[in-house]
Amino acid sequence: MIKLTVNGHEHMLNAEPDTPLLYVLRDQLALNGAKFGCGLGQCGACTVMLNGEAVFSCLTPLLLAAGKNVTTVEGLGTERSPGPMQRAFIEEQAAQCGYCIAGMMMRAQALLRKNPSPSDADIRTAMQPNLCRCGSHMRIMRAIKRAAALMKTADAGTGGRASP
Amino acid sequence: MVLSRLIGLVVLLVVLVSGSFGVFAWHSAIPAIDPPQASSFEPELVRRGAALASIGNCNTCHTRDNGPSFAGGLRIPTQFGSIFTTNITPDAETGIGRWSEAAFARAMHEGIDREGRHLYPAFPYDHFTHITGEDIRALYAYFMTRQPVRAETPPNDLRFPLNLRFMIAGWKLLFFRQGVFQPDSQHDAAWNRGAYFVEGLSHCSSCHTPRNWLGAEQRDQRYSGGEAEGWTAYALNASSPSPVPWDQDALLHYLRYGWHAAHGIARGPLAPVIGNLGALSDDDLSAIATYIADIAGPPSPERAQRGRAILNRTTATAAGAASTNGDSIASTTTMTTTGDESDGAAIFAASCAPCHESGRAMPYGGIDLARSTGPNGPTARNLINVVLWGLPPSNGQRSPIMPGFMDVMSDDQLRALLIYVRQRFGDGPAWTNIDRDIRDARSDKFDVGIYPAPSSDPAFGVVSEREVR
Repeated sequence: MIKLTVNGHEHMLNAEPDTPLLYVLRDQLALNGAKFGCGLGQCGACTVMLNGEAVFSCLTPLLLAAGKNVTTVEGLGTERSPGPMQRAFIEEQAAQCGYCIAGMMMRAQALLRKNPSPSDADIRTAMQPNLCRCGSHMRIMRAIKRAAALMKTADAGTGGRASP
Repeated sequence: MVLSRLIGLVVLLVVLVSGSFGVFAWHSAIPAIDPPQASSFEPELVRRGAALASIGNCNTCHTRDNGPSFAGGLRIPTQFGSIFTTNITPDAETGIGRWSEAAFARAMHEGIDREGRHLYPAFPYDHFTHITGEDIRALYAYFMTRQPVRAETPPNDLRFPLNLRFMIAGWKLLFFRQGVFQPDSQHDAAWNRGAYFVEGLSHCSSCHTPRNWLGAEQRDQRYSGGEAEGWTAYALNASSPSPVPWDQDALLHYLRYGWHAAHGIARGPLAPVIGNLGALSDDDLSAIATYIADIAGPPSPERAQRGRAILNRTTATAAGAASTNGDSIASTTTMTTTGDESDGAAIFAASCAPCHESGRAMPYGGIDLARSTGPNGPTARNLINVVLWGLPPSNGQRSPIMPGFMDVMSDDQLRALLIYVRQRFGDGPAWTNIDRDIRDARSDKFDVGIYPAPSSDPAFGVVSEREVR
């Protein structure tokens, strides 16, 4: 049994230590926000946060996540009460097909944790590992800047406060 | 009486020796000039100089991270402290704008700046001394026609007594041999052309030869491996740890495209070197391959046979036939016993195998690690650097990438992975000093150089990343 904390909830999992974290999240915990894209750590659709750092869950064996705090897009807020990152993406309508967006939000969340006021260059550098095939990059850029602004306002606290 | 005479003699001797050392060490300034007009240089000469500067890899050291090209300021950590690279743009105040060609040539050939001060041998004038006057002229024309950038060079931070520049005169006396390259009539023109580049402008042995305690290349161990920016620079001679022996064709392909199916992808400080070699014609690059293949020499029959066996054994994965993934994991499961080792196997299976055992062709598929020098090298350093930082994407052009695992793996987990990979893919005893090497890589001891792989897409040509940034 391997202990895993996801979005603040503890789980005891019966899985092999080399099982990719992504499979555990989707298949065992029914958290389907993180997506399987390439399975090679080259597209970023599977990005989640591990102790606050953005990681590719498709290449992260359960062994490396054990005992750490995993945050998925579900941990950033709910449909009724979206967190500031999610609100920003909705308000900017940053998704087209949406497949990459959960990963985008998680990497952006990890960026804003460390750097609450990133420059455009900071955002571009940090987001480099995540690809969007629809080409909504400019909206994604705007959404991340909006999220940074939202997080500094008083009403940002209604959602998305899962521990990193 | 005898004693005082002896003392007198010793004093005289000391005065004479230090006097003549002073004469040897002292150099006059070469008069400053008004910065020459860019239009005073022949375009053709400037173009040749551009190619030569690229081959000399000047931009990599003389450009700080994300800084303007050739304006210097990059910190070079050494065992004696830090040296900062200088501004070699033609800025009159902070660059070499007031240097005449004679001053530039003296710096390249003798390691003395315009004002007569000795230069630290982090500037590889022990190699640049071999460059012909004609090529020096072209390089001078190139640098004097760059955009001048005002950028003060930060002061060096070196320990006493090495912070005293006249000490370098002693270093030169011991280790520096001045002289333009002389062709060796025993060898053909291609070999000599290759030797001219490799020993001179390209200064390959600066990284690929071990250095002594005073930082000089050990002549009796030329090309038996050295280090650069926190990476192990592998031996190029007969002691090369490459599982498949290098030959001229493989070298030519690798130096042109930055990868080879039997050897892998250039990474670390070699990546920008290969990007810069894009300025060389096929003939000149082939000459370099000729010369390096000669340094390597033909492999022993045992090594050649082992290389062939590895290629045959790994062809199935390389060609995309049935993956050996399941088999190999199974076979290693029986081999592993301790918790650490099974951790290594599990990490490998989830984090590494999806690319390195996918059967996808190089360079966008990962190399079968049995072919890679990484697990077979003398230290774990290169593998540590690659696992921690991967291969970042190149800006604006296609290049192979690898994700880094810096944020995911603890030191213990990284060690478990390294031990597993060494055991399974390496041919040699267990690495010692793994813990120290992990600690050093994560600390700022080396400023580990992380570069994108050279672009492998011929459509884009080969562009140096530091140049485009």
